Amino acid sequence: MSAFKELTKGFFKENPVFVLALGLCPTLAVTSLVEKGIGMGLAATFVLVCSNVLIALIRKMVPKKIRIPIFIVIIATFVVIVELVMKAYLPPLSEALGIFIPLIVVNCIILGRAEAFAQNHSVGKSFLDGLGMGLGFTIALVIISSIREIIGFGTFLGLPVFGEGYQPATILILQPGAFLTIGFLLGFFAWRRNRKKNKTMPDVEALRAQREKMTQVTREAA
Amino acid sequence: MSYGVKLILLFVGAVFVNNFVLMRFLGLCPYLGVSKQTDSAVGMGMAVIFVMFLASVFTWLIYRFVLIPLDLTWMRTIFFILVIASLVQTVEIVMQKSMPGLYKSLGIYLPLITTNCAVLGLTVLNIDKSYDFVESLVHSVGAGVGFTLALVLMAGLRERMEVGNVPKAMRGLPIAFVTAGLMSIAFLGFAGLIPG
Repeated sequence: MSAFKELTKGFFKENPVFVLALGLCPTLAVTSLVEKGIGMGLAATFVLVCSNVLIALIRKMVPKKIRIPIFIVIIATFVVIVELVMKAYLPPLSEALGIFIPLIVVNCIILGRAEAFAQNHSVGKSFLDGLGMGLGFTIALVIISSIREIIGFGTFLGLPVFGEGYQPATILILQPGAFLTIGFLLGFFAWRRNRKKNKTMPDVEALRAQREKMTQVTREAA
Repeated sequence: MSYGVKLILLFVGAVFVNNFVLMRFLGLCPYLGVSKQTDSAVGMGMAVIFVMFLASVFTWLIYRFVLIPLDLTWMRTIFFILVIASLVQTVEIVMQKSMPGLYKSLGIYLPLITTNCAVLGLTVLNIDKSYDFVESLVHSVGAGVGFTLALVLMAGLRERMEVGNVPKAMRGLPIAFVTAGLMSIAFLGFAGLIPG
């Protein structure tokens, strides 16, 4: 895969939130305002890039059996750096994001990329993968927070979007709005995927068989 | 307000008003992953209550008696995640040896809990809100009960949704999120339960 594709696959095709459905807790919690979404996205991108690069650097020295604890300690170290820097230079943002800054440690996107990519790819590729996935996460947060802020507050980054007479639908910036927005967005992306698949592969029977099989697998897993 | 009343309010608040899943968005992965059947939802809920309680005990003691005296409070994220991970491992081993019955019913959920942000979130919240030891314990049990409540309710709904005629694109996660949104609206109604 070319370097450019390695970087851009995280934007839409393998978007961590909309396609892989990873990292959902911060996605829902910090998207009531666009600033918070951007801040969280960039913080996670920093941790993701640094941990991906470091893990790719030491990948040949790490014993397979204890790799997960090692990865977690590496990730936690970078999270502490972000936590302290943000507290020192951006105190309002750090306060707004609250416990979700330390919780970047358990964001499944980061450990997922370490496990699925960085531990068996070169440093350069891991850097691009981390950057792409991080920006993909940021894009997702910006999309969700834009929808919520514009409808729920009538503003975008604090600037009024509609005229004075606009009655904001406050429910969207409250907790239920997060669930509803992401529910419908995931539905939209699934619909788009289905349509694309149908165009390239008109064999509906095969799809149905696949669906049956997947349902069975998930049922068994549950 | 007496200390006892404060504890009761803290408990009720953690279960309903600040429900971990529906109001604080913590622990969504297991919430959506293990809520397909009521039985497994109950098992997961019990395992989470248990681990949350133990994690609160240990992290509070470590924070108060190790990190504060050594002036290492900025390291708490690293310490807490390590404590939780090793705690879950230990509980798994001990349970397997001494309580095979319980292990059979809860064991499979234990590894999932290490990366459950609800547990780390709870321990960080305990410190951020500067709860004392007893308050931390009450808060942890309340949070666990609230998580279980949301999980079991969701599992009941999803069992019925299996037979419903959901549009193709909305099947699975999307409809689960919309359902969670509606539940969250219902839980907003508890907001007035706690004064202040």
